[in-house]
Amino acid sequence: MELSTREWWTVLHGMVLGGFFLGAFGAGLAGFWSLRPEWVTPAGATACVRRLVIGTFTMALVAWLTVIIGSYIIYPWYRAKPSVDPAKMTAAELQAYPKFYLTKGPNAARTAGWHDFGMEWKEHVAWLVPILATAVAFVVRRYRTQLVNEQTLRRMLVLLFTIAFLAAAAAGGFGAFINKAAAIR
Amino acid sequence: MPALPNQESTPGAQRIPNGAGWAAVLAAGIGCAALGLCVDLAEGSRFLFDKLNFYSPVGNLSGKTILGVVVWLSAWAILHARWKSRDLAAPGKIAVLTLILLALALLATFPLFFGLFAVA
Repeated sequence: MELSTREWWTVLHGMVLGGFFLGAFGAGLAGFWSLRPEWVTPAGATACVRRLVIGTFTMALVAWLTVIIGSYIIYPWYRAKPSVDPAKMTAAELQAYPKFYLTKGPNAARTAGWHDFGMEWKEHVAWLVPILATAVAFVVRRYRTQLVNEQTLRRMLVLLFTIAFLAAAAAGGFGAFINKAAAIR
Repeated sequence: MPALPNQESTPGAQRIPNGAGWAAVLAAGIGCAALGLCVDLAEGSRFLFDKLNFYSPVGNLSGKTILGVVVWLSAWAILHARWKSRDLAAPGKIAVLTLILLALALLATFPLFFGLFAVA
């Protein structure tokens, strides 16, 4: 049941951090949804906002860690270029170079799309997530229970929060599939 | 919309102008759109494709993301300074503008779109 150092980093990036962000979305959305003046008492709003402050701050922090680890630690391993011509390497040798395994390997006709579409989308769209999450966390922290009566701003936060979730889901989903097609070991 | 009772009854409680909140929202839209623009420019220009390689192990993703974050933080700092003490009269316009910027960002970072600009 051993994992290599690189595999542990991919577990941290995808399953721990990415998984936490995606899983926490539901709770955050429920919190925002319930912040309506006709639904909450003063005590309820205070308690809900306290959870939202902690939750959105944590989600923003997790989002930054996810993209930084993904882009600056794991991605270099993924895109590393072999020192010899990939065409002269065996499939087993190419597996140490995931990007080239997908795009130049023996099954490139079937697997290149995982890089050309999947990774190309994932590596870019994922960076929208921490920017949006940070904006949401800031507004929640600054306005707290005032958000109950700031309907337009609150709805905008829900939209930003949801777009962040969808972007994270796309990035996380393709990350999982790419790691199956060409695992980083 | 009735105010939350505790805001009226809490001594000294003051309503915070919504300008800072909308500054954060709009800045996020600007930052995301800037990131998307960097992606498309890197695809369409061999010069920028190479120049955005700030950190070789990461390639030009480093330049795209660093520039996008710098633009986001800069926009946020400027908008926050200008709007933090204001109540925006038409926040709906800011909301629409932000959503347009985010739509552009999502489009610009979609491979089937930025692939249209790819140089050989």
